Amino acid sequence: MEKGTLEEKKSKRRVSLTGDDAIAEAMRQINPHVVAAYPITPSTQVVESFARFVADGLVDTEFVATESEHSAMSACVGAAAGGGRVMTVTGSQGLAYMFEVLGVTSGLRLPMVMAIANRALNSPLNIHGDHSDTMAMRDMGWIHLYSENGQEAYDNTIQAFRIAENPNVRTPVLVAIDGFQTSHMVETLTVEPDNLVKRFIGEYIASYPMLDIDNPVLYGAADRPDYYMEHKRSQLVGMINAPEVIQQVGQEYGALTGRYYGLVEEYRMEDAEHAIVVMSATAGSVKDVIDQLREEGVTAGLLKVRAFRPFPAEEVAKSLSRTKSVAVLDRCGTGGAQGGPLFLEVRAALYEEKSPPQVINYIYGLGGRDLPLRHIKDVYLRLREIARTGERGKLVDFLNLRE
Amino acid sequence: MSKVLEIRWHARAGQGAVMAANNLAQVLGELGKYTQAYPEYGAEKRGAPVEAFDRISDSPIRIHSRIEEPQVVLVLDQTLLRTVDVSEGATPDAIFIANSNRQPDELRQKLNIGERRLYVLDGSRIAINEIGVDIPNAPMLGALVKVTNLADINSFNEKFRALMGKKFTSKIIEGNLKAAKRGFEEVKQG
Repeated sequence: MEKGTLEEKKSKRRVSLTGDDAIAEAMRQINPHVVAAYPITPSTQVVESFARFVADGLVDTEFVATESEHSAMSACVGAAAGGGRVMTVTGSQGLAYMFEVLGVTSGLRLPMVMAIANRALNSPLNIHGDHSDTMAMRDMGWIHLYSENGQEAYDNTIQAFRIAENPNVRTPVLVAIDGFQTSHMVETLTVEPDNLVKRFIGEYIASYPMLDIDNPVLYGAADRPDYYMEHKRSQLVGMINAPEVIQQVGQEYGALTGRYYGLVEEYRMEDAEHAIVVMSATAGSVKDVIDQLREEGVTAGLLKVRAFRPFPAEEVAKSLSRTKSVAVLDRCGTGGAQGGPLFLEVRAALYEEKSPPQVINYIYGLGGRDLPLRHIKDVYLRLREIARTGERGKLVDFLNLRE
Repeated sequence: MSKVLEIRWHARAGQGAVMAANNLAQVLGELGKYTQAYPEYGAEKRGAPVEAFDRISDSPIRIHSRIEEPQVVLVLDQTLLRTVDVSEGATPDAIFIANSNRQPDELRQKLNIGERRLYVLDGSRIAINEIGVDIPNAPMLGALVKVTNLADINSFNEKFRALMGKKFTSKIIEGNLKAAKRGFEEVKQG
């Protein structure tokens, strides 16, 4: 596998940036052909910073400031079908407004990257972080990557292009960060040299560009019952191939940068009896709690899900099968389901295990509600009690909620 | 778990606390520390109370929960003391740094901080003298650097200059650097 040159290793930059600016910095290095966006809190700063890069001539991108998110995604569809490397940024109501075009993007198998600063959905109006927006589009045929901090936001944005554009995948990818908690938090991270990023993502050669007039193609045709189903089935191929590609790209990126990525990340799971499953920023807080509890003799561990779509059921089952009790933390409501979306996936993944752990679900962090470490600690103590007594108790509960 | 210094800024929107907290994290990050900074947005109106936060550490910081028990509290506007309990959650050995022209004893009572360490700086006067407006964030940064001993003021200002160079005119930059240096030199234990 290719390694970075010595000169490149020396020109890594350690910087302190907000999560939004970490994504904008990755975009500057990627230099997409087209970015179409309509800014919305808490990802506004990505668009602002990138617009400045355009104005300063630091990128060659055609930047389209659209009049709405629906138009932004539509412009991206056109640009990607035309053969361009394309990106947009949004979240919350903006993502909801894009909804009908999201399925067009994945249905047309258009490689594209969308950065999302996760934010609650109305009502009540709330600009702060939770996962209701991307969880509402979990079955729109997009690949979902969730980021713990600014470093992962930067790294995931770069890797997302390689995943989306892989000929065996050709499926749009969203890169999510927690609104405010990551989007507006300055954190220390490493930025790779421009050359290394450029080489890693490579030149994009679209598979069937509409602008190749010598080889005309049709996009967006109507389909009757006689073939619609076959075409929907063939759209799934990209998603089926994605896990291998996500891992391969994560390994290749790791060889170059020292930061390796997979579908999931395990923290102190080797001998863990009690595990929390969570995505994004909260995983960092959970790691701190685990280190505290390990000193007190509690065998706690973390399974962080990076790729929510395609869902890494095998990896999740393998990691959790050795535990006695598991709490899945969902950052969005249940909407009448048996639990949060991450919980449903995790519990289903464990169904065929011979002696699966007890699994409970907590809803946390809605609309930016903080999750102090003591609440995470309480979850582990309850998990230990469940393992000791065998009594599961309440299946779905809330964390840090006034009752 | 490694030792992390947690800092809370109290100010009114428009006094530059969010920017100061971000600048602190960026400058100390460049000087080799691991840092976090984040704002707590409220009404987002000029003059409304705002809070901003920093974490500073020698090793990577993973926690993403809010800071509830700061070890350092900065107060940029003394009129906040009528409505905001700036001592809330502060650790028993917390350090308080206030922008004020009051006598330390009177201030200590208003801050409700008992015997904890208090440092006072007339940052507003410095800001008016050096940058022409009452935006006391730079002098308070200087005072913070002095009191916490997080960096040498000259190396701090060198990185601070580079950071501001991206956004401001040289007149504003020089004024802010001078204000930070004066904050460093003039802050007094009360």
